Amino acid sequence: MNKQMLTGNVAAAWGARLAGIDYLPAFPISPQTEIIETVAEWIDTGVMDATMTTLDSEHSMLTAAGGAAATGVRVFTATSSQGLLYGMEMMYALAGWRVPLVLINVSRGLGAPITLEPDHNDVLAARDSGFLQLHCSTCQEILDSILIAFRLAEDKRIRLPVLVNLDGFYLSYTREPVIIPEPKEARDFVGPYDPGTVRFKADAPISEAVAVLGGEAYSYFRYEVQVAARKALEVYEEIAAEFQAAFGRSYDKIDAYRADGAEYLFLMIGSFATKAMDAVDQLRAAGWKIGLLRPRLLRPFPDRDLRILAAGRKGIAVVDQNLSFGRGGILHTEVTSSLYGQPGAPPVIAGFVGGLGGRDIAAEEFYQMAEDLKKACRKGVQPPMRLLYTAGELTAMRKLQTIAHAVRPEGGRDEKH
Amino acid sequence: MYRIRFHGRGGQGMKMASHILGTAFFLAGFEVQDAPRFGAERRGAPIFAYVRAQRDPIKERGIISHPGLILVADESLVPMPAAGILDGVEKSSVLFLNSREDAATWKKRLNFPGKILAMDLIGADLNVPGGQRFFGAICAGAAAALVGVIPEDILLQAIEAELTHVEAEVIRENKTRALAAFQAMMEYSGIVKEGGGRQAAKFKKPEWIEVPFDEAGVSAPAIHGSRTSELMKTGAWRLRRPVINTSRCKGCWWVCSTFCPDSAIVAKDGRPHIDYDHCKGCMICMVQCSAHAITLVNEYEAEEADKSE
Ligand code: SF4
Ligand code: SF4
Repeated sequence: MNKQMLTGNVAAAWGARLAGIDYLPAFPISPQTEIIETVAEWIDTGVMDATMTTLDSEHSMLTAAGGAAATGVRVFTATSSQGLLYGMEMMYALAGWRVPLVLINVSRGLGAPITLEPDHNDVLAARDSGFLQLHCSTCQEILDSILIAFRLAEDKRIRLPVLVNLDGFYLSYTREPVIIPEPKEARDFVGPYDPGTVRFKADAPISEAVAVLGGEAYSYFRYEVQVAARKALEVYEEIAAEFQAAFGRSYDKIDAYRADGAEYLFLMIGSFATKAMDAVDQLRAAGWKIGLLRPRLLRPFPDRDLRILAAGRKGIAVVDQNLSFGRGGILHTEVTSSLYGQPGAPPVIAGFVGGLGGRDIAAEEFYQMAEDLKKACRKGVQPPMRLLYTAGELTAMRKLQTIAHAVRPEGGRDEKH
Repeated sequence: MYRIRFHGRGGQGMKMASHILGTAFFLAGFEVQDAPRFGAERRGAPIFAYVRAQRDPIKERGIISHPGLILVADESLVPMPAAGILDGVEKSSVLFLNSREDAATWKKRLNFPGKILAMDLIGADLNVPGGQRFFGAICAGAAAALVGVIPEDILLQAIEAELTHVEAEVIRENKTRALAAFQAMMEYSGIVKEGGGRQAAKFKKPEWIEVPFDEAGVSAPAIHGSRTSELMKTGAWRLRRPVINTSRCKGCWWVCSTFCPDSAIVAKDGRPHIDYDHCKGCMICMVQCSAHAITLVNEYEAEEADKSE
């Protein structure tokens, strides 16, 4: 077995290598750049047989990716944060073109203020683009998800681009032992790419991505993306089952950790979900009946799986590493709308927002979230959303503001909670 | 779980230290996680890297808030709050300082709750050009001995695995130094113990607050005062100090101050003066001065000389 210490970025590069990609359009951005640097080196040294083109921006990069994918070659690309937003117009276009490709996003908080460290506002801004979304929490899962993502994107029933998300720093620059599948086994799983009707060629011209006027035609095409994306739930299940049979690792649409017999559940996506697993272990050791749900698929949203897993529980604590300003956590909204009115749905779904811009979520904060959830369940009242922030953090912030000469109005004092 | 944090400056190989130690643990059959913590820093700025290792799969993630071992490559970082060296220390923490001063002095100075070890493992390399490139292997060697579960041969294997892009001679030198550090620390072998998780039965409540409403004039990310960067004493990042030899300086048209990327040289009374509170020690001024009036002095030695004056 080939098991090596790999960063999340290098694991992503391995995913592309094992999937046998043909084309990589690239534009650098931290903390993603190591992915394209790694693939570029493999192409340079002849380890990989693929074409790489550097573009002038993420917008051009995604346009090139879509153009290449339309010709029926296997396309892989990667970006992060501001880059994802800059290319966003093309994400909607590519999904509309119905071209299969795999895009990696290495999550990083959005400006302003500018930062390098992770949260999920970037990837969730792409939520409605038509790209399917897979979210990873370990370096192994990144490599494996890329293989699965190509199968999903290229499936004739689906033919939609797939985004695989990994967190900057906590995965991108973090090394963990990763099993690298045998190249032949990986190629057998992903399979040769049969583009079928994806065949934009000079000798067989077609007009792709036509304009339509009048809502009827427009609605049809948009609804078809919706229907295909929903279809992807069952197709994903088939592919994940095949993956498990081939490699022994299982990737359910929602990863349920110690959820059996749990009265309470945490719900999170991404790398910090492993911290929630740790918290579940500690809370279980202290007598709690608690578990974790980690949706891997966010688009399409696995409603049915969530409803089954959530039924009969007392409450769920949704921990969002993102913030929809003026509303709250995005996952919280998704989860409540998915469970509303469903038989056995937990009466309390508490919303917590934390881990923005790489801020840690301490073990003690998970324990406190569990206690707050339990308290709310006892009262039977949905608690107000909590933004995780401590007195110590605010004090440190006030010091920075003093240096920055941000003067607060006379008597501006911070109240303790 | 072993939780180890390496502290040093950008350019001192702390990422390499974490990679060598991480791979050594991995080769010794442990589950491992290692990571550097980059920011927008540059050479000389405080940085850290960390390693987690245990026999079972690791769920903990992100920065290590309660380290079992803190290994500091450069003692001048200790008083810098931004370096965060003492963050999260507990009774069970071991602090290793690469220092010219002894452990008792540090113990008194820091009021450290755990054990302190101090030894000068890199002194010989500090003054040699390029010597810093060995700090990573030296620190990894010391840490490997302190945890006491990594044999010598595995440490050497890890160095070979991590230094794939360098010449054989450099690998050999790294190995020699790592081994010397390993052996120097062997009397403390096993002093660093695996720590448990954070107990949920009885835990310290996080001091959560309601985020206050601040008017946009305060809460927008703007720096209002001018010259606030003067308050940031980036001179502390300096490892090498440029010194102007006044007898050689021709008071030209301020080539040095024109080229200084940090505007740390000002002309006063017809002479250049270096603002050591902000000079980061890049030595560009030294290279640019055609009169060869600027020389390099090792920062530590310059500070010692300042003290004795
Ligand atoms: S460049 Fe050299 S000669 Fe010119 S002012 Fe600076 S130190 Fe003096
Ligand atoms: S070394 Fe010279 S050029 Fe560099 S920051 Fe200091 S004064 Fe400026």
